[in-house]
Amino acid sequence: MTDGMKPGQPGEGGWQSGHDPADAAEPEGHGSPHRVIGTPPPAEARTMLAAQDTAPEHVRELPADPDDPVRAKKVERLVAAIFTLAFLAGCGFIASYVLFTGHTLVGVQHSNMALGGSLALVLLLLGIGTVIWVRHLMPAVELTEERHPLRSTEEERAEFKETFEEGAEASQFVKRPLLRRTLMLASLPLAAAPLVLLRDLGPLPHNDLDYTVWRKGLRLWVYGANRPISPAEFDTPGSVISIIPAGYQDDDDALAKAAVIIIKFRPGQLHFTKENHPVNDKVVENWTVDNIVAYSKICTHVGCPAALYEQTTHHILCPCHQSTFDATRGAKVIFGPAPRPLPQLPITVDAQGYLVAKGDFDQPVGPSFFERGSFPQ
Amino acid sequence: MSWITARRRHPAAGYAILVLGLLLIGTVYAAITEGSAGASAPPVANAKQIAYGRKLFVATCATCHGEYAQGQADTAPSLIGVGAAAVDFQVSTGRMPAAELGAENPRKTPRLNERQTHAVAAYIQSLGGGPPIPSAAEVSTTGANVGLGQRLFVAECAQCHNFVGAGGALTYGKYAPALTQATPTQIYEAMLTGPEAMPVFNNATITPAEKRDIIAYVTRVRSEANPGGFSLGRIGPVTEGLVAFLGLLLFCVLAAMWITAKQRKAHD
Repeated sequence: MTDGMKPGQPGEGGWQSGHDPADAAEPEGHGSPHRVIGTPPPAEARTMLAAQDTAPEHVRELPADPDDPVRAKKVERLVAAIFTLAFLAGCGFIASYVLFTGHTLVGVQHSNMALGGSLALVLLLLGIGTVIWVRHLMPAVELTEERHPLRSTEEERAEFKETFEEGAEASQFVKRPLLRRTLMLASLPLAAAPLVLLRDLGPLPHNDLDYTVWRKGLRLWVYGANRPISPAEFDTPGSVISIIPAGYQDDDDALAKAAVIIIKFRPGQLHFTKENHPVNDKVVENWTVDNIVAYSKICTHVGCPAALYEQTTHHILCPCHQSTFDATRGAKVIFGPAPRPLPQLPITVDAQGYLVAKGDFDQPVGPSFFERGSFPQ
Repeated sequence: MSWITARRRHPAAGYAILVLGLLLIGTVYAAITEGSAGASAPPVANAKQIAYGRKLFVATCATCHGEYAQGQADTAPSLIGVGAAAVDFQVSTGRMPAAELGAENPRKTPRLNERQTHAVAAYIQSLGGGPPIPSAAEVSTTGANVGLGQRLFVAECAQCHNFVGAGGALTYGKYAPALTQATPTQIYEAMLTGPEAMPVFNNATITPAEKRDIIAYVTRVRSEANPGGFSLGRIGPVTEGLVAFLGLLLFCVLAAMWITAKQRKAHD
């Protein structure tokens, strides 16, 4: 504001003539002496240099040409060649997009390779060419540019305040509370929409985490093979096998909680309790068949499949965080971050001699959660 | 040599040495990680073979396992009832005779040849029975269901042996070995007998057909193509990501060095 004149001052005459052609849609002859917020200031206000009568004499800070014109010519050709290659690679990108249309896995692989390779080549060649240009053709001269205070002058700040307040007033936003409040009301549902969207991320878990699909009489199936197994078949001490509830082989939600491993021990290896509920350090004898114990496969730490069984030490390890459970002592935690033993699944045999569950686990399987234990088992 | 002398101070010489060094390391590593595999045939037990096996056992194994294979507390288990399959697995993989007492007996070049191994196996089999050495037909992967093999391998084996059989660590210095060199017979025997800390998967729990599926998966996955040309230990996307990260980092460092390198003036 070197002219010291307020924009849009009454009688200035520059207001109507000075605005951009883009504003031509506004009704002419508006008659208002004030500027409207969001429109450009008059031309006079924007041409700060116009008021200067004499421009300072031009001093060349950078050399116009490189020192060595012969070498410069060589570099020019090199960079031009690189840019030409980049052009060809770019054409190659378009060509690969058109040519590789395979919908097979291999086709997609080839397409990705060609598209990514050519695009990378374009960008790389452009970069290399630019760097060579900068390093060998542009002058390496250090220039100094003075910094100025970032704060606006007092006049500019006062003027901004005035403009803002005028605009606020002229927009009627302050004067007409009905408009203001209905506008805010209209935007409320948009603000609340994320809550609904978050709610729709999934159904509420209810008590799903507390129960599994295991129930009385449900057969134990060998994972993968999907067939029942009897104690007579699973008779070699040191055996372990992954088990799923019969018929749930395709229900991933059920398997995520109900996966079980069964382990066969030699007589006398297990430390039994006669109780009908878990006891620290002990295996519930009534829940085993012929020294076969069934434990949840879901680690009580963060739910990894804890199925790494060492038959020499009888340790069950979780491969994620090395939680170690003693299988002969009710899967007691002997090392690692797991907070609880692996829950033991009560098992027995049915009339055909196959292993079946006696019921669900007596406690929620897997990691801890806030409401754990709030539902009766 | 004059060619090198003339160029050793060239600005690109450092980069060239670096690239050559990396190439050399890569080539040598690729050369020494090549593997091989053998084969074995089922034995036909007879009195003469058992007598020969007994002789070999006394000379080679009895120091630890006792003269009558009864074992020794805290040192070597009893071998009565372990079966010929267990002997064939341990001896044909070179794990037995053990070089020293340790947490895990590593795979090494077998001390006994195939005939001798089968003789010792026949002797142990004669003591208390146990699973016999599988025949070639029992370990054949012709017509095997590789998909089911993968499902079973991932559920039962991968937690220790890694999902492509690269092996992994256990407790107290024990480890699950890589399956890259195991023959189909050895894989079958390992499942059947559960060597060392490995659990047993008898033929009723995992049927012979399913064992063949698993063998088919383990042997098939070895020949899967490695994107990028190197297997990187096959321990998953972490290694590949790390290599890509370090490679790109090196590239970025070199690029930054080149972009900001001091310009050579004409009079240099």
